[in-house]
Amino acid sequence: MVQRMLNVVGQPVLRRDGMGHVLGKTTYVDDITYPDMLHLKMVRSPIPHARIKGIDFSEAEKVPGFVCYLTHKDIPKNVYTILTLIGVGPDEEPVLAEDKVLYNGEQIAAIVAETEEAAMEAVSRVKLDLEELPAVFDVEEALKAGAPILKPWGTNYFIYDYEYGQQNMFRKVRFGDVDKAFDEADFIVEECYQTSPIEHVPSETTACIAKPEADGRITVHTNTQALFFSLDNTALILQVPFQKLHFVGGTVGGGFGGKVDVIVEPIATLAAIKTGRPVKYKFTREEEMRVSSSRGAWRMYFKDGVMKDGRIIARKVTTYADSGAYNRHTPYAVTKHVANAAGPYRIPNVWIDAHCVYTNRQPGSAMRGFGVTPASFAIESQMDLIAETIGMDPWEIRFINAYRDGDMKPHQKVVEDATLIEVMQTAAEMVGHKLPEEYRKMSSSNREGGNHG
Amino acid sequence: MASKIVNFTLNGRPVEAMSKPLTTLQAILREQFKYTATKSGCKQGGCGSCTVLVNDEPIMSCLLPVENVEGQEVVTLEGLLQSEDGLHPIQAAFFERFAVQCGYCSPGMIMISKALLEQNPQPSREEIVDALTGNFCRCTGYEPIIQAVEEAARRMNGG
Repeated sequence: MVQRMLNVVGQPVLRRDGMGHVLGKTTYVDDITYPDMLHLKMVRSPIPHARIKGIDFSEAEKVPGFVCYLTHKDIPKNVYTILTLIGVGPDEEPVLAEDKVLYNGEQIAAIVAETEEAAMEAVSRVKLDLEELPAVFDVEEALKAGAPILKPWGTNYFIYDYEYGQQNMFRKVRFGDVDKAFDEADFIVEECYQTSPIEHVPSETTACIAKPEADGRITVHTNTQALFFSLDNTALILQVPFQKLHFVGGTVGGGFGGKVDVIVEPIATLAAIKTGRPVKYKFTREEEMRVSSSRGAWRMYFKDGVMKDGRIIARKVTTYADSGAYNRHTPYAVTKHVANAAGPYRIPNVWIDAHCVYTNRQPGSAMRGFGVTPASFAIESQMDLIAETIGMDPWEIRFINAYRDGDMKPHQKVVEDATLIEVMQTAAEMVGHKLPEEYRKMSSSNREGGNHG
Repeated sequence: MASKIVNFTLNGRPVEAMSKPLTTLQAILREQFKYTATKSGCKQGGCGSCTVLVNDEPIMSCLLPVENVEGQEVVTLEGLLQSEDGLHPIQAAFFERFAVQCGYCSPGMIMISKALLEQNPQPSREEIVDALTGNFCRCTGYEPIIQAVEEAARRMNGG
């Protein structure tokens, strides 16, 4: 009855952009060309950690079609401002490396040329004088004494709460008394969970074209997922007024979080300003794999105190997020992670330390639920392990611990609009799993029926 | 080495391309003829987004030197023969069955499906899956794509 009254909900609606897609008329960034368009390619570090002692462009300049090169000295404010823009700050990633590189593939200098081939040829002729430094690739190794230090402030971790005058080397949650609860628990269940970096592999690689207009503005066609991040970042990096930039986007050939970090637009826009001509900067598939942000890797240690009746009464979590060489969005992901590390369950005693750690790896960043996804993997694996350890049905353990409206989450937020119980009831029905009566009667909105306290 | 002229038929029209040695068909289609429906996802034969038909056979145009199509018939998505409503049945099925998301793989998917349905008008689900194996969809919409090909087959068979 309700469904019949709805025109959109529950009804298929044809995609507005679908017709363009099937006709091949959708215009992606790479489909745009201009007669006088230049191509930008990047000189990248071939090693994961090095001091830059010199760059020699003399052979590159001889390549037919070479137009110019750009280094950090050409950039008015040589730092990406993603974290500042989302109120997490501080930022620390240079647009082009200055005295050091922190990962294999880091951008050192841009080459601008008449054709893509000429730009690639010139890049291959740039001679880098690099002094290789010891590198660290593991989050826990990076926090040990004696590890090579990557950041100018002297640590390999992000410092939280800097703006409140108190400095924490991790995001923490303290709720109840975990040690006391562990003493009272019938079972202790411990496990380490780990996820690997994952590349989004969008079908269309990251790309933009910056085109100087006659009125002095720059039009930037980009496949970013975050058009105003890109515009704001570019304006701040180039120190130009926001209204001088006209960003055109919206058509993204696959993103999944991989096109949120602003990497290609600022340098292409700078090249367009310097040359007065349109400039295209498009990642090759190799660059997309090697240097674009990946889903970060996480290592998560879980320790739960559980009663014989299935109630989880304590959880202690220590997490290490591998941010790779730079922040990108990882400090924000860690904050989301700690808010979700108890899962959709009511656990009265919780203790979490979550570290955002730098290593000499490709920067990790946003990807579909980043920060929460690894937590969910660990939490649900842990739920199965608990069920197995205490000899209880995996459905049952989740119903017993499911949070309901009005419960307090460990990070001091009251649960509203909980739906876990209803989702599980529906899921059980759909897969033909017969639930005991008490779980079929449960509700997220009250604790009558099946109340395990 | 000097450039050479390559003559072939593109979407039913005779064309002449000026190409340097080893220039790919993909580059000529996109850069010289501005037929940009043929996409450029990897330039190494890994994604299928550049699939076109050469003498009705599907081929990844990023791996094919344009010299190899001398005298041949090349068809891109822009050249699909359409019905009165402006869409080929495969295009209509892809649109109506939500077989498109970001759209970047769609041209290659539609062209490989065209080749399949020309050769095998009533493919089984397994044969469809097998035909699409070299074409990547990263929005992971394979299920609606397979269903769209099944639907297109029904329509093309008058069903």
